[in-house]
Amino acid sequence: MADTEKMSIVLFSGDLDKALAAFMLATTGASMGMEVKIFFTFWGLNVIKKNEGSIKSKGLMRKMLNIMNRGGSKRLKLSQFHMFGLGTWMIKRLMKEINMPSVEEFIKMSHEMGVKLIPCSTTCGLMGVDQEAFRPEAEPLAGAAYFLAEASQSKVTLFI
Amino acid sequence: MKADQTLDCMGLYCPMPIVKTAEKIKKLKTGEVLEVVADDKGIKLDMPAWAKATGHEFLGMEEKGGEIKVYVKKTHD
Repeated sequence: MADTEKMSIVLFSGDLDKALAAFMLATTGASMGMEVKIFFTFWGLNVIKKNEGSIKSKGLMRKMLNIMNRGGSKRLKLSQFHMFGLGTWMIKRLMKEINMPSVEEFIKMSHEMGVKLIPCSTTCGLMGVDQEAFRPEAEPLAGAAYFLAEASQSKVTLFI
Repeated sequence: MKADQTLDCMGLYCPMPIVKTAEKIKKLKTGEVLEVVADDKGIKLDMPAWAKATGHEFLGMEEKGGEIKVYVKKTHD
């Protein structure tokens, strides 16, 4: 194979189902020999926040935001039929039934496969979170120019 | 069809059979054939596409009952 093909995904959403779709494509791309990067922005940042511990942020409004918008792969909700947790609980059970990996498992798996998980620096600033809010698999924060430079070399670009 | 190694993907859905195939093929020697056994129908189109993208050779498939066997030959490291 000549040049390595690239895939760049923006994960804007922090919904469980949309995160799953992003990770399914990312891991498949990596399996096909592609160099895959996922950029997490806005609510998508929640996906790669740590599950444990409190999130430190500056200022009252940002503190409030991060209390209500805690994040963490185990706290994600379905985009539809969340139904106060019942729908999400059911989907997670059904996923187990068909041996589908959880978001938590997908994050670890994709990281091992070389998929780069990149938090967007501007939304981190907006929401008052820093590198330490993210799990160890996350890459250093990057901005739009880095994404566009990568995306312009990618045959596959997706916004989820 | 004869294979050097078998990968059991029964009960697994996309993308797991492909992810596991990519992992497994690394452990084969060039020229060896991998048999993947799965029941997710997606594999019928996914495996030829994966082989095309990675440059390995898709040799064919056999379907019996709900069981799908696909064969891939490792052509390079």
